[in-house]
Amino acid sequence: METVVVGVDNSDASTRAVEFAVERAQHNDWRVVLVHVIPWTPYSFQTPSENEHRHREKAREVAAATEQILAPMADIAERAGVSHEELVHHGKPSETITDVAAETGAVHIIVGRTGDGGLREAVFGSVASRLVQHAHLPVTVVP
Amino acid sequence: MNPVEIFTDVSTWISDKVFYAVPVFDTKMPLIVLWLVLAGAFFTVWLGFMQVRGPKLSIDLVRGKYSSPDDEGEVSHFQALATAVSGTVGLGNIAGVAVAISLGGPGATLWMIVAGLLGMATKMAECMMGVKYRREHPDGSVSGGPMYYLRDGLAERGMRPLGQVLAAFFALCMIGGAVGGGNMFQSNQATAQIIDVTGGESSFLADVPWVVGLVFAALAGAVILGGIKSIARVTEKVVPFMAVLYLAACLVVLVWNVTSVPAAVGEIIGGAFRPEGIAGGVVGALIVGFQRAAFSNEAGLGSASVAHSAVKTREPATEGFVAMLEPFIDTVVICTMTALTIIITGTWDDGDASKLGGVGLTSRSFETVLPWFPLVLALAVVLFAFSTMISWSYYGMKATGFLFGDNPVAENAFKVLFLCFTVIGSAAALEPVIEFSDSAIFLMSVPNLVGLYLMAGPVRAVIHGYFRRVRSGEVAQVGSRA
Repeated sequence: METVVVGVDNSDASTRAVEFAVERAQHNDWRVVLVHVIPWTPYSFQTPSENEHRHREKAREVAAATEQILAPMADIAERAGVSHEELVHHGKPSETITDVAAETGAVHIIVGRTGDGGLREAVFGSVASRLVQHAHLPVTVVP
Repeated sequence: MNPVEIFTDVSTWISDKVFYAVPVFDTKMPLIVLWLVLAGAFFTVWLGFMQVRGPKLSIDLVRGKYSSPDDEGEVSHFQALATAVSGTVGLGNIAGVAVAISLGGPGATLWMIVAGLLGMATKMAECMMGVKYRREHPDGSVSGGPMYYLRDGLAERGMRPLGQVLAAFFALCMIGGAVGGGNMFQSNQATAQIIDVTGGESSFLADVPWVVGLVFAALAGAVILGGIKSIARVTEKVVPFMAVLYLAACLVVLVWNVTSVPAAVGEIIGGAFRPEGIAGGVVGALIVGFQRAAFSNEAGLGSASVAHSAVKTREPATEGFVAMLEPFIDTVVICTMTALTIIITGTWDDGDASKLGGVGLTSRSFETVLPWFPLVLALAVVLFAFSTMISWSYYGMKATGFLFGDNPVAENAFKVLFLCFTVIGSAAALEPVIEFSDSAIFLMSVPNLVGLYLMAGPVRAVIHGYFRRVRSGEVAQVGSRA
């Protein structure tokens, strides 16, 4: 059974990417790994009290992402009877998705064309375009 | 006697004790400065000159080369260091250095650097201990700092009563220091800068400085009481930018006068050993340099240990190595750049240099090359002061929490008191309060260093144990996530 990684966030394009992946997974007997990356860098500047509560904040972020973003996506796979796994990571989205693909032995990465990054994406480019440029695997970008 | 008079008397009495100075040649050596420098010298030798052997490991740790993939999303070594540095970098780096040179001549710079290098060892010891004895609360948040290692570390070694007394005394001093030096003094100096650039005595704020204080208090209150993260985030992002801009401006001045650089270095080294016309000669230059370094990098006071203890690590020693970089960045890099700028432009030799005051002298040095820079400098001073206030409000709150069992009412009461003093500080430099607070800040070094000396054995065991395991390859670097 081959594995594909789907990068998901809060956008409609991401839902379409999951639907696309799940449909192909039914035909090809794929396992889908749904990964949501919370943008984070170890090189940011924070206040002492942010640091004190960071561990709790991280747990809260992971819980929110699991419940609000990954759970509805996992539902799509579940209803279609496709084998699936959900992961939440902190990091730079494009790099982390590539890393997860390598860790899970995936053969393919699927993402939506535009994410929920808004202005950040407009200025710095989307996760999809970074993946297309840097990933070592075939990448499918779903419009 | 009214309460104000009583307070003034008490504060003067404490200050006389804390800053008790013994006459050395023609000048005076405050014993508390000697106490801090001796601790630096002791831990330098005791820990085996880690300032020389350890920096590569420190930098690798900051770059996350030893961080496990599980640490993603948690407080990184870089973040802990950056937070601590933004609490220390401030007026000391801009005004303190200028004062040192106008009093001690260029030679004071060399002694300041020496004190900075020695301070690296003290900082290493106190920040390692802060992580080792930090408290992890059920919700995953952490509290650490000297009060915890003094209480719990000494209790482990059969000195429970002494540990409790030292910890409580430390916490009280930190509250005093937070309200005054970490708050009133900052608010006072920042207000003076704002009034200065808006027209000095004719400024529309000159008669109502408390308005500036009220704005500061409102902004700080939004951060520490209201939990408005955006203000803190903006500050935390702008401060490093200002620090880089400041260093860049120093470089511009140096490059502009590049032919005078060798002469300036000569003056620093020569002046350190044979200063002419400086009170107390070599000893005078040395004392002034040591004193300003101690004021600036806070090594031995234990304050940074509170900020560093939030890091995510399994090895307390790692944060010791990282924290060691702090006095280096603060004193050896930033203070030295200020010093070179002042020396190279020759402004320290101006007749009115000592009257001009700290920020004024530094400002004039920049003005010789970059006429518009004083405005940027004033902005930098205001921002540095604000970020120092945010850091010290946190230190004071943690000390209150320690004394009152993390009681939220007590912590909030402290925050309100803190903000009141922000406003008072802008309107009046209440000498007795500043005096009291300076004493409190430096008194922190007494329980802190007594504790560190008593636990010097374990400090060395932890630092050396980790260093050995890194060298033998037992602790290996971690690749990227994959």
